[in-house]
Amino acid sequence: MSILINEKTPVLVQGLTGRMGSFHAQEMIEYGTNVVAGVTPGKGGTTHLGKPVFNTVKEAVAATGAEASIVFVPPAYAADGIMEAAESRIKFCVSITDGIPTHDMIRVKRYLFARAKPEDRMVLTGPNCAGTISPGKAMLGIMPGHIYKQGNVGLIGRSGTLGYEAASQMKELGIGISTGVGIGGDPINGSSFVEILKHFEKDDETEAVLIIGEIGGPQEAAAAEYFQKHMSKPMAAYIAGLTAPPGRLMGHAGAIVNTSGESAAEKVEILQDAGVMVSPTPSDMGTTMAKLLKSN
Amino acid sequence: MDIHEYQAKKLLAEYGVPVPKGGVAHSATGAIYQANELGGDKWIVKAQVHSGARGKAGGVKLCTSQRDIAKFCDKLLGNNLVTHQTGPAGKMVSSIYVEEASDIAKELYFSIVLDRAIQKVTLIASTEGGMDIEKVAEETPDKISKITIDPAVGMQPFQARQLAFTLDLPNQAIAAASRAVMKCYRAFRDTDANLLEINPLVLTTENKILAIDAKMTFDANALYRRPEIFEFRDKTQEDPRETNAAEHDLNYVGLDGNIGCLINGAGLAMATMDMIQHAGGEPANFLDIGGGASAERVATSIELVLSDDNVEAILVNIFAGINRCDWVAQGIVDLLNRRDIDIPLVVRLSGTNVEKGQKILKDSGKEVTTADTLSDAAHKVVAAWKKATGK
Repeated sequence: MSILINEKTPVLVQGLTGRMGSFHAQEMIEYGTNVVAGVTPGKGGTTHLGKPVFNTVKEAVAATGAEASIVFVPPAYAADGIMEAAESRIKFCVSITDGIPTHDMIRVKRYLFARAKPEDRMVLTGPNCAGTISPGKAMLGIMPGHIYKQGNVGLIGRSGTLGYEAASQMKELGIGISTGVGIGGDPINGSSFVEILKHFEKDDETEAVLIIGEIGGPQEAAAAEYFQKHMSKPMAAYIAGLTAPPGRLMGHAGAIVNTSGESAAEKVEILQDAGVMVSPTPSDMGTTMAKLLKSN
Repeated sequence: MDIHEYQAKKLLAEYGVPVPKGGVAHSATGAIYQANELGGDKWIVKAQVHSGARGKAGGVKLCTSQRDIAKFCDKLLGNNLVTHQTGPAGKMVSSIYVEEASDIAKELYFSIVLDRAIQKVTLIASTEGGMDIEKVAEETPDKISKITIDPAVGMQPFQARQLAFTLDLPNQAIAAASRAVMKCYRAFRDTDANLLEINPLVLTTENKILAIDAKMTFDANALYRRPEIFEFRDKTQEDPRETNAAEHDLNYVGLDGNIGCLINGAGLAMATMDMIQHAGGEPANFLDIGGGASAERVATSIELVLSDDNVEAILVNIFAGINRCDWVAQGIVDLLNRRDIDIPLVVRLSGTNVEKGQKILKDSGKEVTTADTLSDAAHKVVAAWKKATGK
């Protein structure tokens, strides 16, 4: 097993006919992802990359039974695209778009929570993420698939490229990944570390988890608390931004130290106190995981 | 994006939030003119910089004569004001705000924030105005009241009343305080603000409510639909290196070290900075070149890093997914063909088209040190920097 997606999951690409959507849909198909359709308003009835294109998500789901979607829609319209997916009963949605206004995301989260019982609620990851990959099975994202080895470590990260770094360090050491989930660098994420940890805790194939956090926000502390109280599986972590000055936005809209508890040093301390094995540098993510697996 | 106090007050006044009368000036004579326009015999004169804690740093003064105002302006205008939030360099004072002085009976604290833990907008108020609110929250949490807004329906008047009644106000001021809070919320909502802080919000001796200070910051991702907010941008408050980078649509933060960095992805950029420090160096900047960077964009980015005189070595660290190593390598070679770089350059390429990228660097015959891993790259650049500078 893996979490969120596998080789059978029927996938919809919102924005399939655009430049970004086309390029990455092709990569996903080549990787083995079961892409069943695309949605571009106004292009319904056409075919693109050999897949049918629909005007609305609702029509696409009715015709193809799509269960997951990836949204390649410009920032101003992305929130709308995500809510359209939720309304059409998509179960898992990846939002790649960087630059969605925060107030829009607050409304998206309210919409997701208000309209469905927890068990029916759409799982959203991102925005501003590289996507999700279950190595050897399927990928919903923009990552280079070949750097991920199939295996038993769950990976969750706020940063895309730092996730690549971790995946390739682990591959180098022969460690594989059950599913790699990018939760994105924005202040408001579709899913937090804790929400994805719950999936990994339940997944038979996942033996250990690596989370990659950074400065800003309360998520890493929440993950530490969840780990301590509810997780049976071992966990490692790396936190980026030890050298980041407070009060400055470091690229990601969510990477800013505003209040106490948000700096990298404080997060490292909180995680270590909870019993999480913390990688001292970004080059030690792979070796830290190797050590963790060996000791368990 | 940050704006000045006088701009925030102008915006809030448009929404009906009560603020003292005032006027902005860029010279001592302008400030005196504003004081004359306001009338009276005492004025609060405030240096306008993008920072809090200006009072403690000598940036705010109660003036009772034209001479006072002129003296204050001559001391501050055109100079940098250093507060504990600006860093040691401080920020340039290019404008002064002159305001009528108010008779204060009580100082309160009020703010609206995006609460990341609950992913909703939260209003915070306290009877402890004029204080560091984080300290109040830590030491006397019972003196802080919070109200969370349901994004589906927005703020309701009962919530404003609930908050107002926690502030120990006389009954005749409750309605005014509730109205001010509602109007602040509307201003926050309608401008895509990230933060609105009024510290202090005061009760005057005549039982009126007034915003004596105002700080607002805005979501940069929403400026496309808020052109009136974008107009408030003041480049004199920015690091010129960052202004230059923004013009090229690059994400850059200037730091104090000597090792220039050029990386793709914000998380990897922060991690690379950390790795440089771990290897014994200090990063000169944060720079994320983003996804799908062309050779030209890479060359421009290196130029930008080089424009900082403190830079004595450069590290390029690319883990290409959506990027292409061959484009990055071509950008580096193009730049080296255009100009000589007399400082060490270390390049680590990984991911999409890495072999092609490495070949381009090798075939160019240029003096570029390559590295295979992040750790290798950081250690090589620090060693090369130490060797070149003798530090």
